Amino acid sequence: MTDYVDHRAKVAERPPGIRVSGGHGTWHGYLIGYISAALLTTAAFVLATNEWMTPASVVAAVSVLAVAQMLVHLIFFLHINTAPEQRTNILAFATTMLIILIVVVGSLWIMSHLRHNMMPMEMLIKMQR
Amino acid sequence: MRQRITAFGFYLYLLSDAILFAGLFATFAVLHNSTNGGPTGHDLFSLKNAYIETALLLTSSLTCGMAMLACDGRNRFGALFMLGVTVLLGASFLNLELSEFSHLIADGAGPDRSAFLSSFFTLVSTHGLHVFAGLLWAIYIGVQLLRRGFSPAVMRRFFCFSLFWHVIDVVWIGVFTFVYLVGGRA
Repeated sequence: MTDYVDHRAKVAERPPGIRVSGGHGTWHGYLIGYISAALLTTAAFVLATNEWMTPASVVAAVSVLAVAQMLVHLIFFLHINTAPEQRTNILAFATTMLIILIVVVGSLWIMSHLRHNMMPMEMLIKMQR
Repeated sequence: MRQRITAFGFYLYLLSDAILFAGLFATFAVLHNSTNGGPTGHDLFSLKNAYIETALLLTSSLTCGMAMLACDGRNRFGALFMLGVTVLLGASFLNLELSEFSHLIADGAGPDRSAFLSSFFTLVSTHGLHVFAGLLWAIYIGVQLLRRGFSPAVMRRFFCFSLFWHVIDVVWIGVFTFVYLVGGRA
């Protein structure tokens, strides 16, 4: 995310809403993002609908493609980059990613352990009689 | 300055929204095999339908960006036109999603059938609600653009809307991949 208004310019000289130095995207940037996102989605779709790979490797390949496409969106559409004035944005973004990682991986981890260690349902019902 | 503060605050809201969706994704991932003897994702999902939905939303993200660029050029017709295309694409996405839902419910695979379907409906309809809110917001911005032109306040809202719309698209990539492509195979 880049600053939308060049705050260094005097308001009288530059109407608000004009962005700085193309940092906020150009036709070119949006088109590159669109075409690469479309290619990544189509690749994932084709891989998932054909029987070329084993199921486990399809899941891995499709996940990698999804992460790549999300990055394309973040860079070309949301304009998140590593410019120094974006330090706070990046920090907030990284914290969020950490929380998401903990929530998703943690849930899957705990629940798979639970499933593994739990008595089968039939046995549980038998014991309660 | 106002612009920067608003944009940063809205960005923080979007990140917290991403955490909300992460929770729903985790729920779906945990429950996607708990079908209670009912239909699985493989029996229910149409990957082609989901692919078309992806294409619609991706294209609407592009037209939303184009609308922002038209605003940069102070091109009111271009901005309104691109915003209109964005709304149309978003509405056809929502239409496809709702028709899928009504088919599922008519086939007895509603959210009350199994834990898998409950989590599926919660995740996908939360995303759908976001799209619906985005559509209302876009129409509101269109009206303001017509009546007030490129005022700073309108531009600020437009900018926040474009961020919101792009993030909805990012969330949909996750739904498309992990719900439809992965869940629809297994």
